[in-house]
Order: sequence, then structure tokens, then C-alpha cells
Amino acid sequence: MKVLVPVKRVVDYNVKVRVRADGTGVETANVKMSMNPFDEIAVEEAVRQKEGGAISEIVAVSCGPSTCQETLRTALALGADRAILVDTAVELQPLAVAKLLRAVVEREQPQLVILGKQAIDDDCNQTGQMLAALLGWSQATFASRLVIEGNHARVTREIDGGLETLSIRLPAVITTDLRLNEPRYVTLPNIMKAKKKPLDAITPDVLGVDVTPRLKTLRVDEPPRRKAGARVADVAALADKLKNEAKVVQ
Amino acid sequence: MSEYTAPVRDMLFVLTEVAGLAEVAALPGREDASAELVAEVLAQNARFSTEVLSPLNRPGDLEGARLDADGVHTPAGFKDAYRQFVDAGWNSLSFSTDIGGQGLPRVVAAPVMEMWKSANLAFSLCPLLTTGAIEALLLRGSDAQRAAWLPRMVSGEWTGTMNLTEPQAGSDLSLLKSRALRDGDSFRIFGQKIFITYGDHDFTENIVHLVLARIDGAPAGVRGISLFLVPKFLLKADGTPGARNDLRCISLEHKLGIHASPTAVMQYGEADGAIGYLVGEENRGLETMFIMMNAARFAVGLEGLAVAERAYQRAREHARERIQSRDVQGSAQAVPIIRHPDVRRMLMDMKSKIEAMRALAYVVAAAHDRAHDHPDEAERARAQGFVDLMIPIVKGWLTETGTEVSSTALQVHGGMGYIEETGAAQHLRDARITTIYEGTTGIQANDLLGRKILRDAGASVRVLLSQMRETAVALGALTVSPSSAEGAAITADCAATGRRLAQAAAAIESSVQWLAETASGDLRSAYAGAVPLLRLMGIACGGWQLGRSALAAVRLLTEPEADTGFLRAKVTTARFFADHALVQVDALRDEICQGPGSVLALPEAQF
Repeated sequence: MKVLVPVKRVVDYNVKVRVRADGTGVETANVKMSMNPFDEIAVEEAVRQKEGGAISEIVAVSCGPSTCQETLRTALALGADRAILVDTAVELQPLAVAKLLRAVVEREQPQLVILGKQAIDDDCNQTGQMLAALLGWSQATFASRLVIEGNHARVTREIDGGLETLSIRLPAVITTDLRLNEPRYVTLPNIMKAKKKPLDAITPDVLGVDVTPRLKTLRVDEPPRRKAGARVADVAALADKLKNEAKVVQ
Repeated sequence: MSEYTAPVRDMLFVLTEVAGLAEVAALPGREDASAELVAEVLAQNARFSTEVLSPLNRPGDLEGARLDADGVHTPAGFKDAYRQFVDAGWNSLSFSTDIGGQGLPRVVAAPVMEMWKSANLAFSLCPLLTTGAIEALLLRGSDAQRAAWLPRMVSGEWTGTMNLTEPQAGSDLSLLKSRALRDGDSFRIFGQKIFITYGDHDFTENIVHLVLARIDGAPAGVRGISLFLVPKFLLKADGTPGARNDLRCISLEHKLGIHASPTAVMQYGEADGAIGYLVGEENRGLETMFIMMNAARFAVGLEGLAVAERAYQRAREHARERIQSRDVQGSAQAVPIIRHPDVRRMLMDMKSKIEAMRALAYVVAAAHDRAHDHPDEAERARAQGFVDLMIPIVKGWLTETGTEVSSTALQVHGGMGYIEETGAAQHLRDARITTIYEGTTGIQANDLLGRKILRDAGASVRVLLSQMRETAVALGALTVSPSSAEGAAITADCAATGRRLAQAAAAIESSVQWLAETASGDLRSAYAGAVPLLRLMGIACGGWQLGRSALAAVRLLTEPEADTGFLRAKVTTARFFADHALVQVDALRDEICQGPGSVLALPEAQF
């Protein structure tokens, strides 16, 4: 069984994100970028499923500028077999990405798409769901456990107040949550081997997808700075402030 | 916030813009080392170093290695970290592919090792010693020895040690007494070795000791010393570890720092003698050691840089967070101490020294690659000449500077730094060994003066000086868009850096000339200035590489989407180093040329 794993290149989770001076977005020039951590979990899951024998081929795909090749190389070093770059300089929004992925799915014919539940840059949490809808496939989001059983997948989902286990028919789209697995460290021999694995580039035009943004970002602002605290004389004064100023206690 | 963040940005800048990664990648057999691949290797190694090795640094210092009846136990977590290190293949990075390595050049190994050492110096010593043992076997081991031992040492499944020192034979190995008695095809080794790093541990199922000893009847002095491979466990016919050899760790040293690294007293031959196999020819063991020593001394030089980087990062965070006293110009409230001029001076001092050390170290690593792999013999020889001259400087100056920086980093913490809980003290304690092992600073300076300068009558130094002067001229000739104030400031910074660099070259030239003249009649006076000479040349070489860094930064500043903050800081950092470190060169010259009299004047009884 073939699996497609979409991966997104985002500002590294260790970087303190700064808003561009003109308020048009987040500063990404000369900022460390890396694979969206949820997508890394998706790659790891695909590799584990392959090691367990449920999957035979892992295809990583990334949509964005040519620098996304670095992210794809990381996916290859983690254990993907080959990679596809959908090369575009246009700012991609979730619906455009979902349409691009649908086109890639139609070409590649995987039985399963595993991807992160959301990307840590825009936190949209939409692409997986949109892709499933466009394909008319089953979907299981926020997966914390995945067992492939014949032409079904048993997926444990993290939901409010507990866990829910679904059995869904393949082909399907599965989005990963944090507790699905802990990605392995990339090994040096695999970094070296990744260089020789196939990485193909394709454009949205060739896929026949219009990626023109549908949403317009008006402005991006830093969160308000934390204001200086105040010292209170005693517990009674604290309780009074919580009740009457902050109005968080009845 | 992690205690250590790998400075990958600066490492990549130095590799690609200063050390010439592209030239190294053009060498035969080194094609893999593309900038893209190296960036990925550094990124993944950074992750491993910061997430696995670094968190064990402080607990390892607190717990330390300990010895009981079962042997040596490393601190909690170290064994698992070592397993992960081996599983991830990091140990094999720089060895050739035909013995199971990944074939990456030394210039790539340098930042990778720097990260391990910053993350956890005590841990990093185990692979360092294994690397030394592998190189000895590659140089002089028989085909059978290589086949039996190398694959599992390259992978890291077995580790290696170097057994040189004995209680009466430290810097002077001619005094060593360990004996080797012929026993058929092998030897029986008897004797005690001290200061054996990772002489015993719980990481692996076997340990391969390389031991210097005298075969019975060998001549006295350095020409009677042979090298033996003495495994902890002898190999069975199938090549796996079998019977225990007659050797053991009888004690661990209590040290100032690197507590997690077991420093063993090894006893060989308490019963019938430990079985050892001769490596290379009889009586030529010390030569093998000396060939390997370049690599080991380079690696210890990196330790000075690595500990300095970690110490600086902690001090920088503290300076941002610690609020104390108002701004000297006046402020409504107390400010973070990073705003105080003297704290800023200390941070600049550390930052500039670290960047100078890093640039120098990687440049020397790249030269080492050229010395090995360049197709042209003359170029190989030129590169080797540069490496030989630089090794004592990399070892001596980087470790002395690393210790200074660790001390300054502690100073930034004030009283908090003197308290162990802050962690600043560990860096100073750990750094302190680096100026001692693999040859003290004094030994490095003597090597620099005697073997590297006086022996070729200053020929290598003259090549170095002409390169330094080229950089000085380029800095002076630079004009950056003179219409803008920023361009004028950059031009002025580079010109000032170039002037100090030219002054440093002149100071070296006159010092070397004086030393050469003096040495012909009065060696003691010449050697009294050996360490000041090493310091002078270290500062000059550091300033030289920062000057080259500034030139590269100015070039890159004109490119679209340039990282202007980082690049402009390079120019300023070089300027700071010129103003505060290169400024010392004339004083050092005078110390060398006018100071020996009072060094040697007093009768011994006055001490």
C-alpha cells in the first residue's frame, strides 16, 4: 500500500516569531525553517507502518517555493522513499493546498494520506479535512493511534474529554496529533542516503490547479505586551481585585 | 530555554564564506559535502546534541563516573545517550566509506564535534579517544588488525583509549616503564597507566586500549617504545568478545571538572600479563602517536571553543534577564545588566573571541582536508605546512582563550556565577583541563617555536604573514558605498581592523626574527618567550580570520535579502577584536624580545 505524506515548511518551533515591520505578515527572511512538527509525526507514523509491513511505499510531498526541497530531504532522511515538490512562489492557503494534494493523489493513487492536523505557523487545521472532502474519502483527524487492518484503519482520536476510536474504510485521510508517536532522530547514514532518493518537481499549472489566494490578510499584529503586575498587600486585597477589577471570581 | 543552542547560522557562515567548503567539496572523494547536505547534517546534529547530550551535562557533572567491583559506571542517562549516538551513526562521520564511515571531510566534522563538545564535553571525550585509536590503526595496524577491530570501532560499538602516561612519565614519555614480553605472536603487557580517559565504562561490550610499552631489551628513551593493541575482552574465533584480558581499572581520579568522563588508573598484568598485539614496527610507537597527535590536538582546541560558546550563551541570557542598577546615563528604573557598558564589553570580548576561534579552527580543518585529498602534490604540501604550523596555535590559543571566556562568563553572573547551581562554574572547571591534556600550553608553545618556526628558519611563518598582509590590504582598500553613513562606518571599521592586522603581522615578524637570532646562541632566552609568542600568533590569526569574515560579510551585504543584522555584526565584531585584542600585539612582541632576562635572572633558591 502506498501512502502520501504532505509536509509543510514552517518557521522552526524554537524561533521567536516576529511580525514584519509593515504588518503584512511574519518575518521569514533569514529565519530558521524546518518541518512542521505535526507533519514530522506523520512521516514517522508512515515509516513505522512501513516497518510494520502495512505500507510498502512512502511518498512525501510539499507545496511551496524551491526551498521546500530541504524539508523534503528531511522527510527522505526520516524514511520516505521519494518526494514531490509542487513548486510555486504563490502564498498558499489551505484550500489551494488541498486542491494541489488532490491532484497529486489522483496521479499517485495512494490508499492513505497522513498529514499533520495543523501547521504551527497559521494553525489553520483545515487542509486534511478539505482534502478528504474534495476526494470524497473517509477522514480521521487528531489521531493518537493508528492500526491498519486490511482495507480499514482503526484510528484513536483525541477529542474533548477523552478518546474516540473509529474504524474507517480506506482510502482515507488521517491527520496526526502530538501523541501519535515520538519522531526518531534522523541518522547520519540516512541523511547521506536521502540525497540519492528521487525528488521530482511539478508546478500547479501542470496539475491544473488554480492556487490564487481566496483570502486577503488585512494586517498582522504582535500580541499585546504583558503589562507590569501590581503587588497586593494581602490575600483579601488579591481576592478583592480578582472579584472587582479582573472580574474572574464571582 | 535550552542551556545550549547550536550556533548553526555562524557555523554555516564560517564553513561557506571563510573556510571554503565549496573548495573542499571539489576535492576528489569529497563530492558529498555540498552546502545543502552539510546544512542538513548540522541541523540534525544540532538537534541531537541539544536534545540528547546537552540535558545530561549538569547531571553528569553532579553525579560523576564511579567505580565498583563491576567496573566503571557512567552517570545516569549516559549509556542510553551513547547508544543513541551510535545508532544515529554520528561516530562514523569522518571515516572513509570503505571502513564503514560516511566519508565527510574534516571541515564538516569540526562543527559537528564542536556541537557535541558544547553540549556535553565529558561525553564527547569517549568518541574523541575512539577516533584517535582508529586513526592509529589506520596508520599502522596490520590488515588483520584492521579487519578485526576497525568496523566496530568506526560504528562506535566498541570504543578506544590511548594509554601513554605513567606516574613518572607525563610530558616526557622517554621515562615510561610499562613492559611487553614476547609470547609467541603476541605480547604480555605489564605496567600501570594513569589519566586514561574512558579507560573503563559501561557503554559498550568491549574497549580497545592502545598502550605504549617497552619490549624487553628495547633501547632506553623514546626510541625503545612500541605501541600495542590490548583489548578489554579478547576476541573469539567468530570475532566477538570472549575471555577477559588481564587488565582493569583500579581507580578513578577525582578531578576539578569533566566529572562524567571516567579518568582511569589502568593496571595491566596483575597475573600472567595482558595479551597485547604489536601495532606497527617495534620501537616506533611514539612516531605513530605523534602522527595522530595533530588530530587529537586539533580536537582539544575545539574544546576550548566549544566550552566558551556554551558559557557565553549562558552569560548572554543572564545579562538579558538580570535587572540591576540604572543605566549610567540615567533611567527610571534598574535595567537588564546587558545595558551596562562593562557587561557589554565582556559580552563583546567573548563573542569576538568565539567567532575568531571558530573561523580559525574551521580554516585549519579545511587545510587539513586539502593536505590529504588535493590532487596536486605541491598544494598538499603547502596545506600540510600550514596545518603543522597552526596545530599548536589551535590547541594552545583556543584552549587558553576558552578558559578565559569561561571565566569572563562566570564574571557576568557576579556572585551567582560562583555558586554551582547557576552552572557557570562548571564551564570554567571543565574548560580548565583543555590547556593541560594532549600537551600543555607550554608544550604547544615549545612545539610552535622549536619544530614549527626555528626548524624551517621561519619559512612557514613568512607564508602566513604574507597571507595576513593580503587580508590587511584588502580590508584597507575596501570602500562600501561611501555616499551612505552606514557605508562609511563599515569602511572605517574594516580600515581600522586592517591597520591592526598589519601591526600584528609586523609584531610577529620582528619577534620571529629576534627569536631566530637569539636561539642560535641563547636557547633558554628564546624559549622563555614561547608562550607569549603562541599568544601573539593566536591573537593575530584570530584577527586575521575575523578580518576575512568581515570581508565576506561586506560582500554578502550587497546581495538581495541579505541577513543584514548578522552580517553587519560580523564587521563590528572584527573591529572590536582589532580594538581590544589585536591592540596587544606590540606589548606581546616586547614581552618576547625584552622579557626573557627577568624570566631567567633569579637563582632557583629565590623561588
